Amino acid sequence: MEAFSHLLEQLYFTSGNKAKAQLIADYIANAPDPDRGWAIAAMAGTLRFDFFKRNTVKKLISEHTDPALFAMSYDYVGEVSETVAHLWPYSEPSDSLPTLTEVVETFTSISKQKVSATLAHYLTIMTPAQRWALLKLGTRGLRIGVSARSIKQILADYGNKDIKEVETLWHAVTPPYVDMLGWLEGKVDKPDIKNAVTFHPVMLSHPIEDSDIKAFTKNTWQIENKYDGIRVQLVVKSNNPINDKAQNGSGADGDKPQKALFSRTGDDISHSFPDLLESISGNMVLDGELLVIHNAEPGFHPSEESTAQSAASQRTSSDKSGKQASSATQPNVDTFNALQQRLNKKKPSKALQSSAPVGLIVYDALVLNGEDLTEKTLKARRHYLEEWFSKTNNSRLFLSETLNATSPETLRQLHTQVCQNRAVEGLMIKRLDSHYVPGRPKGQWFKWKRDPLVVDAVMMYAQRGHGKRSSFYSDYTFGVWEDSQLLPIGKAYSGFTDEELKKLDNWVRRNAVGRFGPVREVKKELVLEVAFDAVHPSSRHKSGVALRFPRIHRIRWDKPASEADTLANVKALIEG
Amino acid sequence: MHPSTWLKTDDTGLYCEPGEFYIDPMNEVATALVTHGHADHARAGHHSVFASSETLAIMKTRYGEDMAIHQHAVAMGEAVNFNDVRATFYPAGHILGSTQILIEYAGYRVVVSGDYKRRHDPTCPPFKVVPCDVLITEATFGLPVFKHPPIEHEIEKLLHSLRVFPERCHLVGAYALGKCQRVILALREAGYAKPIYLHGAQLKLCDLYKQLGIDLGELIPVSEVADKKTLAGEIIIAPPSALADRWSRSLPNVRPVVASGWMQIRARAKQKNAELPLIISDHCDWPELLQTIEEVNPKEVWVTHGREDALMYQAEKMGYKARALSLVGYDEDEQGGD
Repeated sequence: MEAFSHLLEQLYFTSGNKAKAQLIADYIANAPDPDRGWAIAAMAGTLRFDFFKRNTVKKLISEHTDPALFAMSYDYVGEVSETVAHLWPYSEPSDSLPTLTEVVETFTSISKQKVSATLAHYLTIMTPAQRWALLKLGTRGLRIGVSARSIKQILADYGNKDIKEVETLWHAVTPPYVDMLGWLEGKVDKPDIKNAVTFHPVMLSHPIEDSDIKAFTKNTWQIENKYDGIRVQLVVKSNNPINDKAQNGSGADGDKPQKALFSRTGDDISHSFPDLLESISGNMVLDGELLVIHNAEPGFHPSEESTAQSAASQRTSSDKSGKQASSATQPNVDTFNALQQRLNKKKPSKALQSSAPVGLIVYDALVLNGEDLTEKTLKARRHYLEEWFSKTNNSRLFLSETLNATSPETLRQLHTQVCQNRAVEGLMIKRLDSHYVPGRPKGQWFKWKRDPLVVDAVMMYAQRGHGKRSSFYSDYTFGVWEDSQLLPIGKAYSGFTDEELKKLDNWVRRNAVGRFGPVREVKKELVLEVAFDAVHPSSRHKSGVALRFPRIHRIRWDKPASEADTLANVKALIEG
Repeated sequence: MHPSTWLKTDDTGLYCEPGEFYIDPMNEVATALVTHGHADHARAGHHSVFASSETLAIMKTRYGEDMAIHQHAVAMGEAVNFNDVRATFYPAGHILGSTQILIEYAGYRVVVSGDYKRRHDPTCPPFKVVPCDVLITEATFGLPVFKHPPIEHEIEKLLHSLRVFPERCHLVGAYALGKCQRVILALREAGYAKPIYLHGAQLKLCDLYKQLGIDLGELIPVSEVADKKTLAGEIIIAPPSALADRWSRSLPNVRPVVASGWMQIRARAKQKNAELPLIISDHCDWPELLQTIEEVNPKEVWVTHGREDALMYQAEKMGYKARALSLVGYDEDEQGGD
């Protein structure tokens, strides 16, 4: 427990991903099994359950300290675990703290009634820093600024392996990862994952260049909409249609899950989308875009049998099969903003599942009916997919529509045309003869995103960055005019070169007029051309808008602030 | 007459009406009694100042020889009369020259603690328990979450970091008066004999400490180091504000360290961009505050700058009458020698 607490302490105060990775790698190299595996699970968020509930902690501290003093302390500290760590009134330092593994095993095995007393005992023998680590671990609230993806990268580097191997393995192995760590260290064979539901590293695209567009020729490429959702991978290994488990509730947590939904980086996001997973059975790995699709709910269709048309024929089916069919087969796609309320929800409510139903627009298959298709061409995979869709009856799955262009000119026209639809963020252009190769192979797949939106905004506040940028004012809050007043609309900290950063930093220092803690207010004189992907209404900001992925496009040293955009200009860009 | 009728606060500070003097006033006044040299307690421009000789020396170092027209050095334990009021200075253990002030009038004894701590500090005599009717205490760290670890423990963290990161320049943010010298002395006590490098803002006061006979070992201004690369693996002490400033850009591979009582709270440490927070304070922590109230055992406790609510609550629980005394101008962060 000492080493784990020490690691967390260092990670907490270290900025910079490289330095953090170094600390974690050192820990893995020096900590024994199975401690290190549990630590990895805690950091990567793969522990299966809370050791104790937040309420248990609150109740315990209220029984042992003055509630009024606790409340005042908490009010100041702002975080329960740290307040408890400092406030716990008993201290009997012990030379032999339990190991991380002992802590995990104790809380896994003891009865509910004993949890509180055990926690109290641990708190008493630990230092405040160790208590904090224990409380964060036990409530699965570690926030150390290291993503699960980074953990996998660190493990891959540690074992001198390709991250794709670790990603493939990741969901088939369980904490404390003794087999995987042994394999990384070359001591044992790679764990056998043949029958496991696991992530398959995905194939990625390159941004298209003008030369690629010029070289475009017909009958070589598959063209599709680039949807504005999130890329996911649906993995299913069951041949029983909707079984008992699914009916027992969305959170059914069997020992070996038979299906899972992964993010592009291999995070298991199944728990957020029970509505999608419940509906699916078979043996497949599908690659597609997750979106809020308003006609994806089975209940949407009065009679499923007649409406669940084969999506393979969706382009031609609507005229044949009447009103219901056309509404069922064309996905009624909502914006990314709509999807956002479904992301990172551990347990989406029934109400949310029905107001924002999710569906999948499928654009590729790695495995279908148990057959591996990755060695086949895209053209062949597409053929299998169409065939499969023609026999499948699922209201949440839609086959990605293919589009047509015959020359560079018609491709450009097509791009302009699709970008008018705000739910689409451009085109995907894939070689018909491309195999499914994990990573980002050259010349196979291209993405052609819509041009970003831009506004001219005025810098209002600046804040120092972190790590290497800690002496530079590199985070800028900017605003636009409403009458004679500037209202902040967002914050950006990227998009400029190092040279430009130096100039901006210098400008901030010379033009600072006020200070609010770490934030400097600046003269409202510098215009920043801000690029962003979308703008949404937002009640969080006084301006009533929020930008998606804002970055500094250009610095308009020349432009007077009075000529910057107005809030009305920005609101006019709101989609839908 | 109860002290609340003759000892009052206004926009300038704490005023004793019958004695016609202020204690630690924020603005220029006719007569000022100054508990210690931190900038939020000692200001320039008063007509007459009464303070310990060390505090006067600190004020002259900071504000110039003419920082006040009349400068009266008061010895510890010596009483000075102002009309019918008697004021006596006692050690407070906060920094070099720091005092508490006992005010006696109309049969009442009031102790103004100034800032104080109860731990060993080689630069000043320890806090003296002075019995009184009213104790006016600070509450900078007036919450039970604040328990300052022993300074040796924190210094060992710094030395350990130097061993682990011998290629990194350890830039320690520490307030120029008191904290800086305390860190240096604690490093020396721990056996650290190498030169310690200083930011320009720390120089004058370190020189003063040396003049007053406190041995700080070899100190070198960073400005005199021609090749800044040679500072890798060395300790530099600078004002906390310099840590993330342009000044630090010329230093090699900086590891930001902050020495302050606030470092106990993670978010505060993170806010200051401290990679290595050292919990070193010249104030009382919570147990010391309670210990002091118990030992002084006054009839009433008046609580000034800091987190008053919790300390008042606790003092009342301990059976004392407690009230908040709101004083202007004490800056909790940058200036107060935290």
